[in-house]
Amino acid sequence: MSGRVLVGVKRVIDYAVKIRVKPDNSGVVTDGVKHSMNPFCEIAVEEAVKLKEKKLIKEVVAVSCGPQQSQETIRTALAMGADRGIHVEVSGKDYETLGPLQVSKILAALAKKEDAQLIILGKQAIDDDCNQTGQMTAALLDWPQGTFASEVSMDGAQVKVVREIDGGLETIKINTPAVLTADLRLNTPRYATLPNIMKAKKKKIANVKPADLGVDLTSRLEVLRVDEPPQRQAGMKVETVEDLVEKLRDTGMV
Amino acid sequence: MLRVFQSPPRLRTALRHLSRARPPAADPQPWFLTNPQSGALSRQLHVGADGSRSSPAAAAAAAPQRLPFSRVTVEDLAFFRRTLPGRTITDPDLVQSSNEDWLKSVRGSSEVLLRPQTTQEVSQILSYCNSRNLAVNPQGGNTGLVGGSVPVHDEIILSTSLMNNILSFDNISGILTCQAGCVLENLTLYLEEREHIMPLDLGAKGSCQVGGNVATNAGGLRLLRYGSLHGTVLGLEVVLADGQVLDCLSTLRKDNTGYDLKQLFIGSEGTLGVITAVSILCPRKPKSVNVVFLGCKTFDQLLKTFQLCKGMLGEILSAFEFLDSECMRLLNTHLKLPNPISDCPFYIVIETSGSDSNHDSQKLHNFLEEAMTSLLVTDGTVATEVSKVKALWSMRERVTEALTHDGFTYKYDVSLPVERIYQLVTDMRRHLGKRARSVVGYGHVGDGNLHLNITSAAKDPALLASIEPFVYEWTARFHGSISAEHGLGLKKRNYIYYSKSRPAVALMGNIKTLLDPKGILNPYKTLPDDLRRT
Repeated sequence: MSGRVLVGVKRVIDYAVKIRVKPDNSGVVTDGVKHSMNPFCEIAVEEAVKLKEKKLIKEVVAVSCGPQQSQETIRTALAMGADRGIHVEVSGKDYETLGPLQVSKILAALAKKEDAQLIILGKQAIDDDCNQTGQMTAALLDWPQGTFASEVSMDGAQVKVVREIDGGLETIKINTPAVLTADLRLNTPRYATLPNIMKAKKKKIANVKPADLGVDLTSRLEVLRVDEPPQRQAGMKVETVEDLVEKLRDTGMV
Repeated sequence: MLRVFQSPPRLRTALRHLSRARPPAADPQPWFLTNPQSGALSRQLHVGADGSRSSPAAAAAAAPQRLPFSRVTVEDLAFFRRTLPGRTITDPDLVQSSNEDWLKSVRGSSEVLLRPQTTQEVSQILSYCNSRNLAVNPQGGNTGLVGGSVPVHDEIILSTSLMNNILSFDNISGILTCQAGCVLENLTLYLEEREHIMPLDLGAKGSCQVGGNVATNAGGLRLLRYGSLHGTVLGLEVVLADGQVLDCLSTLRKDNTGYDLKQLFIGSEGTLGVITAVSILCPRKPKSVNVVFLGCKTFDQLLKTFQLCKGMLGEILSAFEFLDSECMRLLNTHLKLPNPISDCPFYIVIETSGSDSNHDSQKLHNFLEEAMTSLLVTDGTVATEVSKVKALWSMRERVTEALTHDGFTYKYDVSLPVERIYQLVTDMRRHLGKRARSVVGYGHVGDGNLHLNITSAAKDPALLASIEPFVYEWTARFHGSISAEHGLGLKKRNYIYYSKSRPAVALMGNIKTLLDPKGILNPYKTLPDDLRRT
């Protein structure tokens, strides 16, 4: 086995930033807004680096699809311990319509090209909440998948995955090569320490175009409109219990 | 001025009266029964044959006896209710929380809480209280740490909480004018939408009000970069003790026409006038903020890192804070916050703020490389994303919270020559030995300000007697300030002489008499008790 793990990292609007919808309702404002690595992708990187530290795999390759700025996201993964990066350049209109289907095609192509043993992704991105890329990638490659992983352990050529499901936890054993998607409780991502941040600046990030991988980026989806959730109505204060009962009657609740 | 402590025999009687655990039924429960820091009182109140008190420390921390102000009558309440309909609160359950400070260390026995909405109302109230000789306790967010924001006895609480309107904001000059009751965090959120920020930031931002910040000359985390309120406040509107409205609400950057009166009120802790509106100069919101968390082996290396920082980061440096390994232990244990880096004796939080992220990251990168290769720093991490920046800042901002979980806390906030800062912590540890649970040091090392905190399982008068006056004497020996930013309030009023000379304090007394002849504004606070004897 190659011992190589591909980790997908997505550049999204930082979760602490207040989101604003564009005045023309075509999307959210991204210009000048703070972006960072998708929190679930961070967990994926952390898991990959942990596996390498346990000497269960040999190399961690961080992949991101997007414009020039996606390289910052790859650098963060490198600072956390990834060995090298691949930046798949997608910009302009193509980037606006880039979705799980296109990304999974790219990842599948790269997995074959890099002879990957594992693909680890975040379970979903916090901007679109699709939760599809991991599953689609596995299907395209015809690989087994361990999604919503809260615990991962390698057992020879197999992977034992404890999955978080509605009813509790499910443990499965799958063969490699496989696709895993990370859930919240899989691990706590490390802070990139200074020595690693310095080292990361020297690590290589390869530049690839989707066409080189034979991937067609056409989207079959069209976003019609983006709206903010309805404004929360202000509450009302009343002076006495009688007032409260009266108000409840007025609004037909009692 | 009212003279209560006129002769030793009367004082002796008064103090003996206070030392009895059960007060006379007529008096509301004295505050000091809940004030841990005067626990020394009941134990150490031994009066010698010559009438002198045997423990100066106990006397300094002793409860001030109620001065002969009038008591609130039915007619008074009627006046208040006419002036502030629906905003005159006498329900004990509602007044209760305003009677007690944030640390839950002091509690007054006020029965009236007033909530004016306009300067005019504040003026009417003060004019009335002055004529009736009723004591008034101005109160903002009630987040002060020296017991200055709550009544000692039955002073009327004058809350600015409903005076929360923003009056104007000039986008070009960055000058904000607002009422005194605006919560600091709300102002920052308002300004952020307009590309600006408040020039000060502190842990209490979610509750503290700008009027209170100005009245206490609050320092905070951004002082290093934007300076103190003495520089950023451009104008004030203050209501004086007799109800007169002093309109110094200028919005001019430069105005040298006569004495700068607003400076008197900044830091006066509500004893010279009630601030009702503030105009303040706000800086532009930085486009690029980076936070660095570093670990150092020795305090000396920490100071050298500070010098390196100033040299290489220069104008983009906006905060330089430190915490020690004991603080980290408390954060790990009580708040389950993991250490972002490896364990080190000292940790530094550095923040840079600038207008160009490329320029700033380049400078930061150079600084970090230098700090690491010169071995000043043994470990560290950097954050640019908002969420990570918040996470790193919480390592410094939540130390206060972690301490409250460690036991009863004795808090000290001192200014010292920067190279002496940590020596006080090590000396205190050696001095207290095993008697204290934790002795921690953290704070605005960039401003020469140490927050020294000591914890014990429960309030311990013997431990307190070991800490005070040791800590004040130590500070005075190096010409430091016994209260760098927290102010004097109730708890530290009698320690003023450790940092200010007698003639200076006497002049403060004269100014107080000039502006508040009846002494109704926030009595028992800020100025020492012995001023009333002269």
